[in-house]
Amino acid sequence: MYKRNKMNKIVAKEILSDLVVKLEIEAPLIAKKRKAGHFVIVKIGEKGERIPLTISQADISKGTITLILQKVGVTSHKLAQLNVGDYISDVVGPLGKATHIEKFGTVLCAGGGVGIAPLLPIIQEMKAAGNRVISVLAARTKELLILEQEVRDCSDEVIVMTDDGSYGTKGLITQGMDEVIAREKVALCVTIGPAIMMKFTSMLTKKYNIPTVASLNTIMVDGTGMCGACRITVGGQTKFVCVDGPEFDAHQIDFEEMLMRLGAYKTEESEAYQAYLQKV
Amino acid sequence: MTTYQEYLKEQRELAWRADLRKQIPAKDRTSKERVKMPEQDALQRSANHAEVNLGLTAEMAINEAQRCLDCVTPTCVEGCPVGINIPGFIKCIETKDFLGAAKVLKQTNALPAVCGRVCPQEIQCESKCFYTIKMNKPAVAIGNLERFAADFERESGNISIPEVAAPNGFKVAVIGSGPAGLAAAGDLIKAGCSVTVFEALHEIGGVLKYGIPEFRLPNYMVDVEINNLKQMGVEFITNFVVGSTASIQDLRDQGYQAFFVSSGAGLPNFMKIPGENYSGILSSNEYLTRVNLMGAAKPDYDTPVFLGKNVAVIGGGNTAMDSVRTAKRLGAKRAMIIYRRSLDEMPARKEEIHHAIEEGVEFMCLNNPLEYFADSQGRVNKMRVQKMELGEPDASGRRKPIPMEGSEYEIDVDLVVVSVGVSPNPLIPSSLPQLEMSKWGTIIVDKESMQSNISDIFAGGDIVRGGATVILAMGDGRKAAQGILEYLHEFKK
Repeated sequence: MYKRNKMNKIVAKEILSDLVVKLEIEAPLIAKKRKAGHFVIVKIGEKGERIPLTISQADISKGTITLILQKVGVTSHKLAQLNVGDYISDVVGPLGKATHIEKFGTVLCAGGGVGIAPLLPIIQEMKAAGNRVISVLAARTKELLILEQEVRDCSDEVIVMTDDGSYGTKGLITQGMDEVIAREKVALCVTIGPAIMMKFTSMLTKKYNIPTVASLNTIMVDGTGMCGACRITVGGQTKFVCVDGPEFDAHQIDFEEMLMRLGAYKTEESEAYQAYLQKV
Repeated sequence: MTTYQEYLKEQRELAWRADLRKQIPAKDRTSKERVKMPEQDALQRSANHAEVNLGLTAEMAINEAQRCLDCVTPTCVEGCPVGINIPGFIKCIETKDFLGAAKVLKQTNALPAVCGRVCPQEIQCESKCFYTIKMNKPAVAIGNLERFAADFERESGNISIPEVAAPNGFKVAVIGSGPAGLAAAGDLIKAGCSVTVFEALHEIGGVLKYGIPEFRLPNYMVDVEINNLKQMGVEFITNFVVGSTASIQDLRDQGYQAFFVSSGAGLPNFMKIPGENYSGILSSNEYLTRVNLMGAAKPDYDTPVFLGKNVAVIGGGNTAMDSVRTAKRLGAKRAMIIYRRSLDEMPARKEEIHHAIEEGVEFMCLNNPLEYFADSQGRVNKMRVQKMELGEPDASGRRKPIPMEGSEYEIDVDLVVVSVGVSPNPLIPSSLPQLEMSKWGTIIVDKESMQSNISDIFAGGDIVRGGATVILAMGDGRKAAQGILEYLHEFKK
């Protein structure tokens, strides 16, 4: 029976880096329905805002989903402060369209920063579908690299890039991708990370005509298609990321417009975050 | 079987009603002026979020109730989509039995405090009032009286919970907790069904919460009416997207025998003109959701919203009026309605247009947006509009706006709210491929039973009509509840 008593309990928490936290949350219905690519909308308390977070793992037998988040503002900070035994007042999902998984051949998975978290389930399912999977992971510095072992467990090969060279190869994600593209035929590229990174990864694959899918993390309010806060332009058409996506043909996405829209509330967000940090 | 008309007649023939009619001669009743609803001063209210209309006092309500002639054939009832026993509740008010009036309302209407506030009575019950159709005088203020009775009951602390029939063993799922879903849930629970309402958002009430602003319908009043339904036994589950969190088939497996789909027309339309995706250009759904549901303009709430100084709202419906009046309250210096037809063609309620004008909203009729411009940050700062003139009436009977060549000009704007209609929400239909849909994305149903081509699925409200009104949605909910009960009884045999 569907009852709404005491849901969304945090059953495990792991601090992955200074800024990145992994939370395992009781959400049996979502765990059961969720597929790679799906996300949830989370809200903390009566005065909280609704933010989207991609589901990075799920355990049907335990009835839990795992969310990995980076502290970037008030809500992500509040979430990161929660501990095992705490409840998240509202978690809704799974939302969005699931990733299209089939046997493509060699799949290049390019993940940057906290984007590696939503990429992990796609890597796992691509591998399970019989693909040769090469993962290129990128982070600013060694401490910010997450889920390396989990990605290694389901990839045929992993290339790690760091901006400062503190781990793996020094350089940008596109350099790691270039190395792979230069030596073998890539059937599909999947990229998730900061919008600016996805813009460059997709510019690279476009040059080589490699079909590319990007998973977008735009501003959202309801996450069910009723407001259009998450709208972007794909192939000249306006699309809602929450219901038409979050994954789109990266070569059709207007990344300039998306970057501009992501910054819409930048002032309000940073002012609110500064005020919040002063209080806690 | 007694029909509803016969029931209304029997009620009218009760001794107290007959006595009451004799107390004041009809001529004296008809010579009374319609009581005007007191309202907040326009200047004051355009700077706060409190209700504009202040409600009638008991004395005013009795005075207005005395105008009602208690007609032999109450045509007003025909004008009400949920068929409220209008003379029945008004005559209770005339005898000062205000709680009795509220009880009569709740026989047919789960949300009287809501309907008394947001129904367009001038085109419904009040348009069929004897005063309107035979005397050419202002109708009895049925909506104001409904609101009075509901408010009186709530404030008295003596809220009556309608009686619920013995459990009939049927289990029904209602999908969406807007007005259609709440009306259906009310009737189904009264009939003895076990009813669960599934809501995708974190709050119950649909458009009543996220759409209609506090100054027209305070959220706590919606909660009071929802609480009545809870007390009658309706179960509400929030954060549950039917079609994603669980499928219809999952719910069937859980024992649900019938479904009422009332998922609304939440999908906002845009005009597809250049620059429409610049930041600072929002759908009215987004703007109103941020302010009404998420508390964006209140201190300590985490959701942000743009506070524009020069705000343009595109459109002429009630949602456009709600948006522009909200912008005014959030400090806009210029709050403009940009509408491609003239004031006469505006689909918004006359009362709302009038209130907006009083509050200082600029009406730029016969103007149509062509393009938006932005600063280097991508934030909208200008729009180009074109003047229009009216041509011949089109298929809808409204005069068609025709662009005037060479009349383009620019307006400074820093916030644009696009309010040019909504389309049905595709979430449920896309999860049920066999469901028969129209080309507009609405669910096709039988007009009487509200049953779709899938026998256990019924639908109503905006998912069937496209964008319509709260009360039409509630009427659909009541019809569907009837349809579902008939279907379930058939099914049991």
